[in-house]
Amino acid sequence: MSAHTSATGAATTHTHYRRFDSTDRILHVCLMFSFLGLAFTGLPLLFSHQEWAARLARLFGGFDSAGTIHRFCALMMITVFVIHLTRICRRLFGHKDLSILWGPSSMVPQPRDFSEMIAHLRWFVGLGPQPRFDHFTYWEKFDYWAVFWGMGIIGGSGMLLWFPEFFAHLVPGWVFNIAMVIHGEEALLAVGFIFTIHFFNGHLRPEKFPMDSVIFTGRVTVLEMEEERPDELERLTRAGRIDEYTSGAAPSWVYKGGRAVGGVAVTLGLIMVALILFAVLK
Amino acid sequence: MRRSHALAMLCVLWLAGSAMAAAPQQGAPKPPSNDDCMACHSDAGAVRANGRSVAVKPDAFGASIHGAGGLACIDCHADLAKATEFPHAEKLAPAQCATCHDKAVAAYDTSVHAQARRAGGLLAANCADCHGAHDITPSADPTSRTHHLRLIETCGRCHGDEEIIKRGKIAIGNVVDLFKDSIHGKALIRSGLSVAPTCSDCHGNHDIRRKSDPESRIFRKTIPATCSKCHEGVGREYWESVHGTQVAKGSPLAPVCTSCHTAHQIRRSDVEGWKLEVIKECGTCHEQSLNTYRDTFHGQVTALGYSRVASCADCHGAHNVFPKADPRSQVATGNLVASCKKCHFGATENFAKYDPHGDPGNRERNPMLFYTTKFMQMLLLGVFTFFGIHTGLWFGRGLQQKAAARRTRGKDDSTEDGE
Repeated sequence: MSAHTSATGAATTHTHYRRFDSTDRILHVCLMFSFLGLAFTGLPLLFSHQEWAARLARLFGGFDSAGTIHRFCALMMITVFVIHLTRICRRLFGHKDLSILWGPSSMVPQPRDFSEMIAHLRWFVGLGPQPRFDHFTYWEKFDYWAVFWGMGIIGGSGMLLWFPEFFAHLVPGWVFNIAMVIHGEEALLAVGFIFTIHFFNGHLRPEKFPMDSVIFTGRVTVLEMEEERPDELERLTRAGRIDEYTSGAAPSWVYKGGRAVGGVAVTLGLIMVALILFAVLK
Repeated sequence: MRRSHALAMLCVLWLAGSAMAAAPQQGAPKPPSNDDCMACHSDAGAVRANGRSVAVKPDAFGASIHGAGGLACIDCHADLAKATEFPHAEKLAPAQCATCHDKAVAAYDTSVHAQARRAGGLLAANCADCHGAHDITPSADPTSRTHHLRLIETCGRCHGDEEIIKRGKIAIGNVVDLFKDSIHGKALIRSGLSVAPTCSDCHGNHDIRRKSDPESRIFRKTIPATCSKCHEGVGREYWESVHGTQVAKGSPLAPVCTSCHTAHQIRRSDVEGWKLEVIKECGTCHEQSLNTYRDTFHGQVTALGYSRVASCADCHGAHNVFPKADPRSQVATGNLVASCKKCHFGATENFAKYDPHGDPGNRERNPMLFYTTKFMQMLLLGVFTFFGIHTGLWFGRGLQQKAAARRTRGKDDSTEDGE
């Protein structure tokens, strides 16, 4: 598709660059809902001594029903994970696209990420200029791998706890004690990280406040691209591929929907954080 | 014996009385007959100088065990036998029940009620407070105040009356309120079960003693025997258990029935509320076990208020609790899989290696759990410390950046305006 002409041939203003395709966006929304569902039905157990935990469990129809919702959300998240892995494998083995293993469009941590992190920290305290980021920044990679690792760890331990009688044929019973601790602590890490750090990095920091809708619209504005990922813009322009990424704004219902869905998710997440802090600090 | 004696007396006095009417100054004074008494006291409006009624319902007295048995008024009001002037003096000696009921009164004299009265607590019950006065019927009579199904009302006249409880400083408080919703209370009051215990089944009747009194039926060490009068099988199990043997040895800490079940608020053991409450009861002594239990899935679910998962008694037994080393214990090595299987039908030896009281802080007992927990804690601490600082610094810088941008924009605007 050309930069200035849409598929129908009508001229569009070149105001945006495409960042996420529709499958990624849909997967992310599914991930959000399954994650919220898991957090809200799982954390009551971890904070079972709290009054709010019992209320929350009752809100989900009691322990049995909360458990069912938890398992349903787990299956949904596993499905998201499997689809994501399939897409990676197809790119890697089907299209022989090695750029996902190394380089700017790869999620694999690279030396550049480390130096950018140092430069970014220096910029925070006024010791240097703002680093020029490319397609994925080091914190975005951390978010990604945190979730990736979390899926394996929480998912794996969760399966163990879901089918203890089956897994007891493979591992001794004390592994369930460990699975329980890992499942709970890792969940606390995931919830704490997503609902504070990820929310801040993605939405709540002053440059983005109140939210960045790129994950719903799939597009960033030209200005955002210039300010936040100058290296990517330069790289693509130099390679003559920038036209592949230009687009107009997403339909307004996508913006509105994204803002509503994102707003609800952020609010719920922050409520959960408040409940956890209340429990920890009390 | 007493009755025939009294009747003989009555006849003699009656004859003497007829003579006395003609010659009042001669011979012994004639004691008043029941009819003489009733001449005044059957008047429903008969009152003392202070307005208190002294009426006696002739029918009620006639129907009472004493009336039907032909007792004379003066058998109880003995000092009136010698009264010469009528209306007689207002102040009479109290009716002496002990004249006939010597054993019951002797038992009563040892009771908390009698003690309280001797100490000046005139609120405490005496014979008439529970039995009535002129209308006493035997306990077997369904209308009797001391009938099995009505006793709760009778005791409740004081023990369910907030005013009397306050004035009498009755420590247990409104015990009728506590009792009426208990399994015993519901069986007794709502279902009218004659086998359901009423107050006297546990406390006795005339010789009700304080629980601190070693002779009391509710003295700590005696409680299992009192409950076993009905719960015979459970009692036998209990006395064999580690708790029972400890109590028998004189342990002041080992639990008796009421330690777990309470005294007056005993609930059905299959009620959710009870199943969750009793976990805390076990925890009052087994604090560490409760803490480690709460760290597990079982303990978390019950803490949330759902009883479908294992609680203490499901694994350890209820009345038949034994130490783990005892082969009779449900958690003894040989019985463990069977205990797990009660819920986890597919449980195996390997499955039973799960520690339902795994302690993340105990390196000896749960080494892997200990190190995993330490690792996870370090991971959380590391991630949140790094990203906490990262986010904090970024936030500060972001605000600064935004303010600077606003300033530049403001300057541009004013320059434009000026031109």
